[in-house]
Amino acid sequence: MTPELTLADYPLAETRPETVRGARGIPIDRITVKAVMAGDIGMEDLRITPAALLAQAGIARAAGRQTLARNFERAAELVDVPQDIIMDTYEMLRPGRVNDPADLIARADMLAHDYNATAIADFLREAAEIYARRGFFAGRSEGAT
Amino acid sequence: MTDVQRPNRWKRFEDWDNRPLRLDKFAREDPANGFAAFTSPSDPKPGAELKAGKIVSMDGVAAEDFDIIDAFIARYHLDPAITPEAMAIPSDRLARMLVDMNLPRTDLVRLARGLTPAKLADVVARLNALEIAFAYAKMRARKTPGNQAHVTNAKDDPLQMAADAAIAVALGFDEIETTMRVSRNTWSNALACAVGAAVGRWGTLFQCSSEEAEELKIAMAGFTSYAETVSVYGTERSFADGDDTPWSKAFLAAAYASRGVKMRCTSGAGSELLMGFHETKSMLYLEARCLCLQRGMGVQGTQNGGIDGAPVTATVPGGMRELMAENLIAVWLDLECASGNDARPTESEIRVGAKILPYLISGSDLICSGFGSILAYDNSFNPSLFNGEELEDFLVLQRDFEADGGLTPVGEGQTLDLRARAVDALSAVFEALDLGRPSEAMKASVVAASGSADTDSYSPGAVAAISQKIMERGITVIDVIRALQERGYEAEAENLLRVVKLRVSGDYLQTSAVIRDGRVLSAINDPNDYQGPGTGYRTSEERRREIVEIRDTLDQGAVLREEARFEKGEAARILYTPKSAAMPGTARNEVVIGLSPAFGLRLFRTTAGHHLSDVARRMTDAIAARGLTVRFVRMHHTADTSFLGLSAAKLSGSGIGIGLQAKGTAVIHSADRLPHNNLELFSNAPITTLDHYAGLAANAAAYALGEQPEPIVVSTRGEAMGARYHAPTALIHAIETELVQNGAAPEEIDLTFLDPPTGMKR
Repeated sequence: MTPELTLADYPLAETRPETVRGARGIPIDRITVKAVMAGDIGMEDLRITPAALLAQAGIARAAGRQTLARNFERAAELVDVPQDIIMDTYEMLRPGRVNDPADLIARADMLAHDYNATAIADFLREAAEIYARRGFFAGRSEGAT
Repeated sequence: MTDVQRPNRWKRFEDWDNRPLRLDKFAREDPANGFAAFTSPSDPKPGAELKAGKIVSMDGVAAEDFDIIDAFIARYHLDPAITPEAMAIPSDRLARMLVDMNLPRTDLVRLARGLTPAKLADVVARLNALEIAFAYAKMRARKTPGNQAHVTNAKDDPLQMAADAAIAVALGFDEIETTMRVSRNTWSNALACAVGAAVGRWGTLFQCSSEEAEELKIAMAGFTSYAETVSVYGTERSFADGDDTPWSKAFLAAAYASRGVKMRCTSGAGSELLMGFHETKSMLYLEARCLCLQRGMGVQGTQNGGIDGAPVTATVPGGMRELMAENLIAVWLDLECASGNDARPTESEIRVGAKILPYLISGSDLICSGFGSILAYDNSFNPSLFNGEELEDFLVLQRDFEADGGLTPVGEGQTLDLRARAVDALSAVFEALDLGRPSEAMKASVVAASGSADTDSYSPGAVAAISQKIMERGITVIDVIRALQERGYEAEAENLLRVVKLRVSGDYLQTSAVIRDGRVLSAINDPNDYQGPGTGYRTSEERRREIVEIRDTLDQGAVLREEARFEKGEAARILYTPKSAAMPGTARNEVVIGLSPAFGLRLFRTTAGHHLSDVARRMTDAIAARGLTVRFVRMHHTADTSFLGLSAAKLSGSGIGIGLQAKGTAVIHSADRLPHNNLELFSNAPITTLDHYAGLAANAAAYALGEQPEPIVVSTRGEAMGARYHAPTALIHAIETELVQNGAAPEEIDLTFLDPPTGMKR
């Protein structure tokens, strides 16, 4: 997909349906009930791709929505991250779940290394720094206080 | 010293005590305890300092002292390129810019990227309620307004869920949100809503509010298309108490987008107060922090305007204005706004109506972030501002103000078809996937039911087993689409697939996206361009026709058809025989009754439903009982009660006449009085009885005999007579006036009563 999308290209599924494809490459106009009945369509084909998210980020940025664009870019990095790792990482980010900043940093390194999720990794490292300063690594669920 | 006993209370207070309003409780302003809507002495002064392009202090706090919320806002919300310029503009000027229709929304949105929470709060606090509503109309992101429904029930019954979802779709809701009574029932509820929302047309987004991890799993299986329960809070401790941080929530936001699921955050005044960590700050300032946080996270929108905190916010002075002000900050920050009007903040229907009006006339991305499309007791989120009971009130408000609240009236026949279709479709899916075999009796009870109290269907426990199966067997929306298609629900299969396909392109992840007529509509391709009259959202002629088509409206044809049903019966009871032109009488013992032009010719009943023959007969008898005679005269020159009476009086030998309209309005007049200065008048025909008419005639006879009788009073209990009867009355009166001929002479007429009047034995 070309990076220079303009607002006129939106909605992509209506203006450029041939460029919109599911995770296994099936274009949306071939995702039909008939194809479902033939057993050709799985949930995988109904998943968004990093390319589509980056295209939406381009459109958001063209509309002046920088922060929304950045969220789509972080999301693009998470597309291929398995669900359990996503939920586990979310859990680690909750207050007091991790007591040692190194654990969060290690998770950041893993996401960067295994999934090339560099923006997400930076985001986690930044959280580690703030959590340490604000006491969010202190055990909370243990009921010590 | 006095013997007169002094009452201990004016009894009016007892009346007031018994009004629904008094079930509401009101809190004194008390910033130290968090009860302050707009300002608190603890609120910081707005400010931002930059060094080398970095924020070094914000709202009086130095960067090294930032709490976790400040840190996130300074890093992700504030744009250093804009902050100096935006923060330098005086708050008064920014406030005026918000209501300046000539200044485009986009200019203000750009400036908001450089404004701190304290500044945003300080600016909107300067606007009064009207200005906030106006600014909201100008600043909201998407041009076309929309609405969201709650679809839940007290039994978690999936059949009812599907039927009610189909109704919500037909009513025009852009989104439907469900949740459950028993947390294990999430999967069943989500699946049932997904199937119900596929009935009729495609494009209604659906979600199932549950625990975060579970909600994401359900979304992955394709049973929800958006999420809005990602809550954020305005103080660090309430955030921690909510078991999250700005970073965890922002991560979750990215996770939803990575799965192609539309998402918005939730925040609102009062949540920090309810959680006990308000830091003695005002509600508006805390909410401004929540909203800056959300923009920083990069979520496309917010559900704000009190939400679960709306009821407590509404207890403080200015609380409802505050809820509007925080919605305004949301749209100023360019967020989609599902603008509350959700948890019911009052028992007073007047406060409900007042609460909704500004949103109805200014429009909102989603006017209610949960309009209870089901009955109040079926709302598993708790009753909404509007519930199924009051849904028609909302439809009428749309019609009254010609304002698009996102809803469209539905016909009675259509609703039964939709409910049956939804119930059958879900039953087919259950059978095909071996999840259950609902009986015909269960289905029939749900189709007809207004609420779960009327159904004989699944119990919460039975639903838990279904829900468990869906989860354990890994059933996805693909399985459901196949089941629908296999069982002949082809349109529903197609509709459901289309909604799930939305996530592939991600078009509906953009700000304020909804699906209308099969197309994605968002702030990108339908931006609010309000710049004064004639711009922004206007209801099209076609849309206006939809809005005004509420049920049971009247026109003259309906009135005449209704009257025609009584024509035959009256013909068997009374004979009107026209004679010659009426001449002034000379007999001192007569009373003349002047009838209106359509009396007994085109109109046959009073608005109270009395046969005109009965009215005339009772009056005749009452006058005769005083030894006087009655002469009937039909007026052709007027249909007005006063002139009917006065004309009759002038023809009457006694100088006393009665004017009687077909609709039942009656007057006693005297020939020597001014037209509107009558002796007695029955203006409330709808509650006037035959005894009243007899009493009025007896009094007319008494006046003719020179007596001063006690006037007959038709007592009312304060019914809104005008509301009930004005439309039919005006239509009836038009039938009378159509027969009026200028200058036509009164006509003497004989009335012959043929049968004993109904209900009377002789």
